Amino acid sequence: MTQIVDRRLNGKNKSAVNRQKFLRRFRKQIKKSIENVIAERSVTDLDKGEKISIPRKDTNEPFFHHGKGGHREVVNPGNKEFQAGDKIPRPEGGAGQGNGSEASDSGEGTDDFVFELSREEFLQFFFEDLELPNLVKTKLSTITETKKVRAGHTSEGIPANINVVRSLTGAMGRRIALRSPYKKELKEKESELDTLLKRHNVTDQIIVDLQERINYLKRKIKNIPFIDTFDLRYDNRIEQPMPTTQAVMFCIMDVSGSMGREEKDISKRFFMLLYLFLTRTYEKIQVVFISHHTIASEVDEETFFYSRETGGTVVSSALKLMSKIISERYPTNDWNIYAAQASDGDNWHNDSSICKKILNEKIMPYVQYFAYIEITADRHQNLWEEYTGIKSDWDNFAMKRIEKIPDIYPVFRKLFQKRTT
Amino acid sequence: MTRKPISETSEWTFELIEEYHAEIERIAKNFGLSTYPVQLEIITTEQMMDAYSSVGMPVGYSHWTFGKEFVNTEKNYKRGQMGLAYEIVINSDPCIAYLMEENSMPMQALVIAHAAYGHNSFFKNNYLFTTWTSADSIIDYLLFAKEYILKCEQRHGEEAVEDILDSCHALKNFGVDRYKRPPSLSMQEEMSRQQEREEYLQSQINELWKTIPEKTADHHAADKKHYPSEPQENILYFIEKHAPLLEPWQREIVRIVRKISQYFYPQRQTQVMNEGWATFWHYTILNQLYDEGLCTDGFMLEFLQSHTNVVQQPGFDSPYYSGINPYALGFNMMTDIRRMCESPTDEDREWFPEIAGSNWLETMDFAMRNFKDESFIGQYLSPKVIRDFKLFSITDDDKHRQIEVSAIHNTPGYQSVRSTLSEQYNLGSIEPNIQVYDVDLKGDRSLTLRHTQFQRRPLDKSANEVLKHAARLWGFNVKLESIDDKGLLVKAYECKPSK
Repeated sequence: MTQIVDRRLNGKNKSAVNRQKFLRRFRKQIKKSIENVIAERSVTDLDKGEKISIPRKDTNEPFFHHGKGGHREVVNPGNKEFQAGDKIPRPEGGAGQGNGSEASDSGEGTDDFVFELSREEFLQFFFEDLELPNLVKTKLSTITETKKVRAGHTSEGIPANINVVRSLTGAMGRRIALRSPYKKELKEKESELDTLLKRHNVTDQIIVDLQERINYLKRKIKNIPFIDTFDLRYDNRIEQPMPTTQAVMFCIMDVSGSMGREEKDISKRFFMLLYLFLTRTYEKIQVVFISHHTIASEVDEETFFYSRETGGTVVSSALKLMSKIISERYPTNDWNIYAAQASDGDNWHNDSSICKKILNEKIMPYVQYFAYIEITADRHQNLWEEYTGIKSDWDNFAMKRIEKIPDIYPVFRKLFQKRTT
Repeated sequence: MTRKPISETSEWTFELIEEYHAEIERIAKNFGLSTYPVQLEIITTEQMMDAYSSVGMPVGYSHWTFGKEFVNTEKNYKRGQMGLAYEIVINSDPCIAYLMEENSMPMQALVIAHAAYGHNSFFKNNYLFTTWTSADSIIDYLLFAKEYILKCEQRHGEEAVEDILDSCHALKNFGVDRYKRPPSLSMQEEMSRQQEREEYLQSQINELWKTIPEKTADHHAADKKHYPSEPQENILYFIEKHAPLLEPWQREIVRIVRKISQYFYPQRQTQVMNEGWATFWHYTILNQLYDEGLCTDGFMLEFLQSHTNVVQQPGFDSPYYSGINPYALGFNMMTDIRRMCESPTDEDREWFPEIAGSNWLETMDFAMRNFKDESFIGQYLSPKVIRDFKLFSITDDDKHRQIEVSAIHNTPGYQSVRSTLSEQYNLGSIEPNIQVYDVDLKGDRSLTLRHTQFQRRPLDKSANEVLKHAARLWGFNVKLESIDDKGLLVKAYECKPSK
């Protein structure tokens, strides 16, 4: 007996296990490929899938088979001009001796094995082992707080929530709808009465009947209530869970004249990574972008990454602004605060000690983590020296240097490495 | 007599599939095809790619290599580099044929005729399949294998299992009994016997590797016998039974890979015949359907277009050439057998006196049942097909600087082309001949494999890699000797197991 089975619904993603196994096995090669990708890709298209290529020799599975050489006879189709006994020079690369699958197996040996990672898989590899440090501290508890948010209107509720406009609009609609049949009839009867009155020869009884009917209709119309309980509408509010962990990330970047094109590019990429990482890890997270030269200003993301400003460098201006924003908008008992600063280490020479002071007094006590990256291939500048002092005092302070674009990713990983405690 | 076509548009529905299937079944029965019951399964593209990458096993154990195949298939498919194989059919009872939901009605009908009747009847009747595979129990066994390997992963860790599987895969073509029939498989028996086997095997091994010297040791050393006394062709079998250090579950995995490889062995030997037979029947059945007025002209055009693509054979100098297309060769040979039966020429009477003018259904049925590619081509490749394909054979000898055209499609060449092509499908000469030759029982316990060269063909470089896998399974050194036809050692390989 024949059966027709619809299998379309079951066994979806059956190959997912095998795919994961494949990714796990070539994890090293894939990571390497991703690192190359980061180095070459432009920042804006970081957040999508990626074409990964790994050497095919790594993915090949060996098996015993014949190599080149020896004596062989091969039959091919499509002879045009050959006669038995013809001698032909041996074709390059063994073409013409192909026999089925064997030839194609060895034929593609040199290519890379190229495949696509989905966006999810890409980010998984990208952010593997990374975690924001010290998130545990403020309000990480699982208690879900809720707040009331508006959610349309309902027909039931308490008087305090009555929505007057909605209710009256409804009432008016109801009144119009209920009155209209009576009004229509009333109009007809009244005009009938008029014509009858003009003719004089009509019996009184008909007129009396008509007048009664008209009065009845008028009463009916009058009896339709101006507002009915049915019309009442109340504002609706529902409870929505509030995010329990709030984090704010300060991105501070030097856009001064001493930052060359390449340095800016590197710091942009570093923040891009950071931003991606944050938006991925936390559902509710705020990011504050502060760019500075001699004056600091809070900017939006677009300006932060793409603005072109020049000038001298006063790092403390940015730190002051950050401290001000913290005290105004992000009370430390409600917010986890993270900061990352990118600079070429160049600073107005008197300013570095001021930076140290601000950090020590106004910033470090309140932030969970402060990461500083110095982008320069030269020797360390004065800011680095001052910051080294801070590093020894605060263990939530980290600093690293990036010289070239390929360094970004390893440094990023190091700064945000999962802490095994 | 013409009847109303079953459908006018190319959309399919379950009802239409049933109707077409009923007609196809009727026609196939009229032609005398004997088949397993049919189970048609509608699947999605993704599921088809999945089935494709696990070599058509409906349930397979999980391993990265199937993931790799999937990733590769998916990539090629998305780029449009390949059409998906529109038919995958499982040699099982009932015979499972997959229909892809994206296909149009004519394609579904083609697949039903091709897979559910063509391949199905081949599976049921060809001697290799009836002797070597057990269609009624394969699904059970695959299920057992999948669960067993999953259990091993949980108990021993995914990596340990992966290592063993990798090594077994490297040797899977040498996990096949070529000459004796393996016992049939079934899940219940496997499970009940498995425990017993584990214990028994381990005791055997211990016996073999006993270190306490026997009293007669001197006597044995004197006439230094080989162990095994005869060379063994089934390397995986030998490893399963005799590898000193494998744990019972590892032996079971070796066994699973070996059994599955054995199951696919007939398929590897009957590609041309199997595809030729199935293609011949989808062509014949659908034409019959058309002659009876059950399908429209549009249906036929779509079918023919697809059919023509399948049986295309580019010439050796075409950029699309990748060897002889088994569909093309098989289809043409099958069609030619029918032609010789129905309208034989003088040439056919001379070459195939017993075929010319015989009953084509009986003659083809006989050919389908009793041959494999090698012998089928040797027996049935006619001069006409050789001419149609313009086949010619090349002698390529590394002792000469040039290659030579040894025979072409003319009277003196037919015999030679035919025997060369037949040899080309002989797995025995395609695959290197490597057998278990010796185990050093008294010394370092090393395993020696012997490669007997065929026409001076050397092994590919990858042999070293395969040896590493063999050494991992064996647990001690593994040697490989290449011997030429005069029995002289040409090349020796050795590999230590890495710890």
